[in-house]
Amino acid sequence: MTVKLTALSAVGSLVWGTLLAAMRVSPVPLMRGFGTFYVNVVRNIPLTVIILFSSLGLADIFGATMGSDDFAVQGFRLAVLGLAGYTAAFVCEAIRSGINTVPMGQAEAARAIGLSFTQTLTLVVLPQAFRSVIGPLANVLIALTKNTTVAAAIGVAEAAYLMKTMIENEAQTLLIGAVFAFGFVVLTLPTGLILGWLGKRLAVKR
Amino acid sequence: MSSVLYDTPGPRAKQRNVLFSVLFTVLLALLLWWVWQKMDDKDQLTSALWKPFIESEAWTTYLLPGLANTLKAASLAMVIALPMGAVFGIARLSDHRWVRGVAGTVVEFFRAIPVLLLILFANEFYARSTDVGSADRPLYAVVTGLVLYNAAVLAEVVRAGILSLPRGQTEAAYAIGLRKGQTMSSILLPQAVTAMLPAIVSQLVVIVKDTALGGVMIGFTELLNSRGTLAANYANVIPSFIVVAAMYIVLNFLLTSFASWLEKRLRRSKKSTGAVLGAEDMEELNPAAVGGTFGTGGEGGGLPGARTYT
Repeated sequence: MTVKLTALSAVGSLVWGTLLAAMRVSPVPLMRGFGTFYVNVVRNIPLTVIILFSSLGLADIFGATMGSDDFAVQGFRLAVLGLAGYTAAFVCEAIRSGINTVPMGQAEAARAIGLSFTQTLTLVVLPQAFRSVIGPLANVLIALTKNTTVAAAIGVAEAAYLMKTMIENEAQTLLIGAVFAFGFVVLTLPTGLILGWLGKRLAVKR
Repeated sequence: MSSVLYDTPGPRAKQRNVLFSVLFTVLLALLLWWVWQKMDDKDQLTSALWKPFIESEAWTTYLLPGLANTLKAASLAMVIALPMGAVFGIARLSDHRWVRGVAGTVVEFFRAIPVLLLILFANEFYARSTDVGSADRPLYAVVTGLVLYNAAVLAEVVRAGILSLPRGQTEAAYAIGLRKGQTMSSILLPQAVTAMLPAIVSQLVVIVKDTALGGVMIGFTELLNSRGTLAANYANVIPSFIVVAAMYIVLNFLLTSFASWLEKRLRRSKKSTGAVLGAEDMEELNPAAVGGTFGTGGEGGGLPGARTYT
């Protein structure tokens, strides 16, 4: 469940985060403003508040069923929504910093051969930016993996929720805690190592 | 307004930008209108639901005590985690392999585990193995969890801070005959602390945000938890969420602004060695949760990740 949550939210936040980053560097002032506003607001709210709001606010008051009447499925989808929305702010920041590391000459050359803003961004700058931000993005992914535990707050049966129930019902607190802790070490450590290696390999050599 | 990514707009580009602006405004307005409409549909805009927030009772009974608890847990966690982080950070730089190894393992372990698991575990541990009263237990558990996690993160901050100092500082200290302990305490640490301050303040934001975990999972009566009681009392879920979120935003925004102000100020002042560890440099110096070294090798070391966060 933790892995599933992580994977889905990662994809969602990557897409939304890239869009936000594109907005933040776009020539249209209003889009820039919106991007900045979103990032600053979302980054400063605790994830717990966002997740809880998506459950209590969106689902209970507004009746957002997320296309399913099953309570468990609904909670899961809401959690993905909350996690993706939250993580997107951090993805956006990472990508934007990646855009800043692409040498000026690249964008200038792209403009010189007459590419438009969209073309410059999607064909020249973003591909290079992505390769240079694999490291920071790996950090975001690891943080996301750990953040999925917050979904326990709305009763999604991921690691933290299971641990809470188990720890309350079984006697070996220490053992259960150790097992879950170990599980997370196993999840996050290889992610970091593999993506770190990938980042080094794919980094644009300059 | 021009940037590297696009030319200074000419007449046609200006027109296009205006068009995009209008389109975007319309979309945004539609979205807002839709949200407004939905809220109206569900009667979330009636003044009865918002009224509690302009009366003192809601603030004095729920929100302010909640805020106080949030701040209490955050500051306690910070105050305890800081020395622990310093100890572990210095231990990781030790010349003795076993000290380095043990400290490294502890730090990496606690950084790889979600805070929530630590908090839950601490809560259960206190409930079973100690005689901490059930009234205090949530606070203890939250602080313990936050301390364990943030000490590990701060250890990395300290390590990065010390490593960011020019090597000449250590060499000069050795040259005038200081011992290792003296070098650390009278030469390296004072400079490193100044360099680390912005990063430490940014970590405070993370701590403040994480106190909310305790509120939901183990019933610690901080801001988010008081929101629940408040909403139960006045039946205003949405307004209470908006107000509480705004409180968090203001609080954390103040902290971030303070951090960046500090960073700017420290960069400007000539007294230090000029090494300032911004929140952003952290990611690069110590990739979260892995012992490995993967800088992404961008230009001039300027590859700020998002920032240190949970």
